[in-house]
Amino acid sequence: MIRFLARRCSQALVVLLLVSVIIFILLHLLPGGPARAILGTHATPTNVAAFNKENGLDGPLPAQYWHWLTGVLSGNLGFSYVLNQPVSSVLAQRLPKTAFLAGISVVLAVLIAVPVGLYQAVRRARIDDYVVTTVTFVLYSTPAFWVALLLIDVLAVRLHLFPAEAPQGAFSTLFGDPSALVLPVATITLVTIAAYSRYVRSSVLDELAQDYVRMARSKGAGLRVVLLRHVLRNALSPVVTLLGVSLPFILSGTLITEQVFNYPGVGLLIFNAAEQQDYPVMLGVVLVVGAATVVGSLLADIVYAILDPRVRASVNGEAGR
Amino acid sequence: MSLENMTATLGGADHPGADAPAEAPGRVRLRAFADNRLAVAGLAVVIALTLFAFIGPLLYHTDQIHTRLAAETLRPGPGHPLGTDNVGYDQLGRLMVGGQTTLEVAFGAAAVAILLGVVWGATAGYLGGFADGLMMRVVDALLAIPALFLLIFLATVFKPSVLMLIIVVGVTAWLVPARLVRGEALSLRNREYVQAARTMGVRPPTIIFRHIVTNSIGTILVNATFQVADAILLVAALSFLGLGISPPATNWGAMLSDGLNYTYSGYWWLTYPPGIAIVLTVVAFNLIGDGLRDAFGLDTRRG
Repeated sequence: MIRFLARRCSQALVVLLLVSVIIFILLHLLPGGPARAILGTHATPTNVAAFNKENGLDGPLPAQYWHWLTGVLSGNLGFSYVLNQPVSSVLAQRLPKTAFLAGISVVLAVLIAVPVGLYQAVRRARIDDYVVTTVTFVLYSTPAFWVALLLIDVLAVRLHLFPAEAPQGAFSTLFGDPSALVLPVATITLVTIAAYSRYVRSSVLDELAQDYVRMARSKGAGLRVVLLRHVLRNALSPVVTLLGVSLPFILSGTLITEQVFNYPGVGLLIFNAAEQQDYPVMLGVVLVVGAATVVGSLLADIVYAILDPRVRASVNGEAGR
Repeated sequence: MSLENMTATLGGADHPGADAPAEAPGRVRLRAFADNRLAVAGLAVVIALTLFAFIGPLLYHTDQIHTRLAAETLRPGPGHPLGTDNVGYDQLGRLMVGGQTTLEVAFGAAAVAILLGVVWGATAGYLGGFADGLMMRVVDALLAIPALFLLIFLATVFKPSVLMLIIVVGVTAWLVPARLVRGEALSLRNREYVQAARTMGVRPPTIIFRHIVTNSIGTILVNATFQVADAILLVAALSFLGLGISPPATNWGAMLSDGLNYTYSGYWWLTYPPGIAIVLTVVAFNLIGDGLRDAFGLDTRRG
């Protein structure tokens, strides 16, 4: 386990470092170079030179990277001239909200997708399996923004059940009006269930074909017991890794949802920053979201290894990943 | 990223597609595919929509360049079977033009993604060792950044055109095929015929393309179909965020998100036709992908 942990953690560290390199490359992709892009087209050469000197952008590239990286590590993600505050403090306000929204939605999606997938696997190739499969197929082929707007159309505008706008303001206000969270959470959950349940279904089907299932059944164990005690346990541990792997997918869905419901998380933040060409904020969001994903999938892998000793044992622990 | 792409990387390298009945001739696979009614239906839908988008305008002439504000948001009726949109374009004709862009970008992006991914993955898997580790960590790092966040940034910096969208979406989408093909290459590189080729002095690029890539063709083909489906949804999302292609060019995603502004005016013909076109196409490509995967005998959890 220690070896697995050390190996997996060092891998994650390398990946984090590479994420930072990617962000640094993106920084240099900016039109006119970082200084012009951030200061605007009206910046004088003196301004640009001063900005470059202040931000360590006047040295050779490796030195620039090092200066930038040490800055990032000490929490300096640059300054947003559009919002007139440091990027790190904007992110500190927004990130918990996105984590909260994505977190509840994922938990709900798992709680719903697991029974649905299990049911589908048991009822394989019968009419109800086909119906559920069709629904999930259509659901995950539908653009998330359309799902969100259909939900608003039916549940907010026609039936007046829930507000169409997410709660605004500080993190604590999120809990002030739980009904305002229903539609954003429902959107991400629906899109995610569609993806997860198909995975659970095929994962359970794989397990059902195993010898131990036939063995348990032939020894007289009821279907329910076999499913709950044996199959589910074995089929669920891969779902943990699915959580890690699907994080980027969920965050992309969160971005759309935040935009639709005006939910003040990092997704809305990067969207607004894109409209105003606020590059420091955009890069800050990409960096933080990328780092969060790396850490998330690391955690998922560790949990998977705790649940399933075979993962630890496989020497080539990175096979296929 | 669709489920297929997400889970494609979870299966591990223990069931490479080449272990499946790899020696079965193509005809067997064709028959297996043809027996899958859903997959054939998916293929039929794709062909029909492609004909609709590219041949349709030859039979059904509409002006998709000049706006006609006098004829805005007309209900479906004679002359305009699907009505007109908010600036007076005929909606049926617009659906064809938008379909062209949608399909061009989707196929183009999938091609870019597959090309990049196959070259990268096959090279990494063939080389193995440190180079493989480093190349795959680069993939991990890019994969960690959610596609839409990266796309927003890229679409802000590079103003989107069809070509730009193809490149930008392709550049964010090549990671999964890279992982899959790398997994295949890892197992193929130890096969006798690859080792024989190496001993005979065949140069690595030749081995990679002649032996590794050709033997991973099932995995590549299956993933390519999922890539097309993904690209359609990604471009739709980008259009919704206002980062798509500028008018008078359009795509189904842009039509859908424009139409959604008129939901409360009851202009259903502005949303449902493009929306259904997107869902139909994406479902169809996913069905084709599933069918191909079965035909190639690949693991159900891999793409």
